[in-house]
Amino acid sequence: MATYSTNEFRSGMKVMLDGDPCNILENEFVKPGKGQAFNRVKMRNLKNGRVWERTFKSGESIEAADVIDLDMEYLYTDGEFWHFMKTDDSYEQVAADQSAVADSENWLKEQEVYQVTLWNDDPIAVTPPNFVELEVTDTDPGLKGDTANGGTKPATLSTGATIKGVPLFINIGDVLKVDTRTGEYVSRAKT
Amino acid sequence: MSDWRPSASIEQLKRRAELLAQARAFFAGRDVIEVQTPVIAKDSVTEPDVQSIEVPGYGYLQTSPEYQMKRLLAAGMPSCYQLGPAFRHGEQGRLHNPEFTMLEWYRLGFDHNQLMCEVADLVDTLLGPKPYQRLTYEDVVGKSEGRPRDALDLAFAEACERLTPGRFFITDYPADQAALARINPDRQTAARFELVIDGIEIANGYWELLDADEHRQRFKTDKEIRRQRGLPEMAVDEVFLAALEHGLPECAGVAMGFDRLVMLGVGAKALSDVTAFRGS
Repeated sequence: MATYSTNEFRSGMKVMLDGDPCNILENEFVKPGKGQAFNRVKMRNLKNGRVWERTFKSGESIEAADVIDLDMEYLYTDGEFWHFMKTDDSYEQVAADQSAVADSENWLKEQEVYQVTLWNDDPIAVTPPNFVELEVTDTDPGLKGDTANGGTKPATLSTGATIKGVPLFINIGDVLKVDTRTGEYVSRAKT
Repeated sequence: MSDWRPSASIEQLKRRAELLAQARAFFAGRDVIEVQTPVIAKDSVTEPDVQSIEVPGYGYLQTSPEYQMKRLLAAGMPSCYQLGPAFRHGEQGRLHNPEFTMLEWYRLGFDHNQLMCEVADLVDTLLGPKPYQRLTYEDVVGKSEGRPRDALDLAFAEACERLTPGRFFITDYPADQAALARINPDRQTAARFELVIDGIEIANGYWELLDADEHRQRFKTDKEIRRQRGLPEMAVDEVFLAALEHGLPECAGVAMGFDRLVMLGVGAKALSDVTAFRGS
């Protein structure tokens, strides 16, 4: 298995720490003039998204993680797994479990393309595009004419996710553009 | 397209030139002579935590001009300073570069306390006056006995980072971290100091050890630590020892990271913001 030494550490590098694959975010060289050298490294655990800070002695090596990000099309869920297909015409599929899909479940729409992170060929994370368009399945009735100012209301989308900050004029059946990073309403999608 | 442009702005490089001129004027005003010693020499330091860059067939790029300046002092040179490049293998980061500018000076007849006053005068001249606080090594990291050296180094580095903002002289280093400072009469601590400004280590100074045999003993310890850690073997600089045997006058000396000082002077966050080009 390949290893990386602290002096090769770069942001974006995928390494193994405590048995989990991690993405290096920052690598700071720390050394008193007359003292030993260290690397203080911030990394994101790719399985649970937590950011870890760890200090290594300079020159120490850690194992590389076999991690790749692939664009894949979401097909369907069987209730236990969410199935994605490669977009390279290979029709190859992978099944992501709940821990890999996590909050992205809120934004999964069939035939849309998502970024699937594979570790040793197993999906460990699913990242939606920054914006998705989803249909409203439930919300309070729209108020005619109230298109400019006024209050907002929550709306439930076809994925089951409920978003806040939806203008009062939105009706069931409307398609909304949502920012997946904040979970907020952006606009009504053009139909 | 390759990025050929400087890593520092022209404005910052002009400011750097002013600080260089101010530093030279400071020493001229105190009759401290500027000297220049070779950047490449046959031998380099044995210190286990300072790695030299080898120049095959020639020797090593010097990690500091210390040994050669002390040879000048032993030969009768009065108080002197050097402002030039120094090199350290493997040191790369926001506050490190394998090649950096070092300002090193020696004062005949000074002890470390007098030299600290002069360091403060220089920093006040370059960065503007501010108060200085004095802390012992023990104040910074607590008792050092029984703690492994690597853990202690990390604790010290992190404690220094937290000394922010402000200017701090740290004194009374443990005797086993004396480097080339003399040991204090308590036999536990060394007459060594460092200056830390806004959490960044700026200077390291000694009331200089004179005894040649004690030097030889410390180099032997260095070499043993190098062997234990599997570091490259470094020959002892016999020419330097010969100068010490001839006799180094009573003096105190200090080395200052000039790039870091410029960084603080212009409010930059990284060395590469104040050096013409980023190191390789």
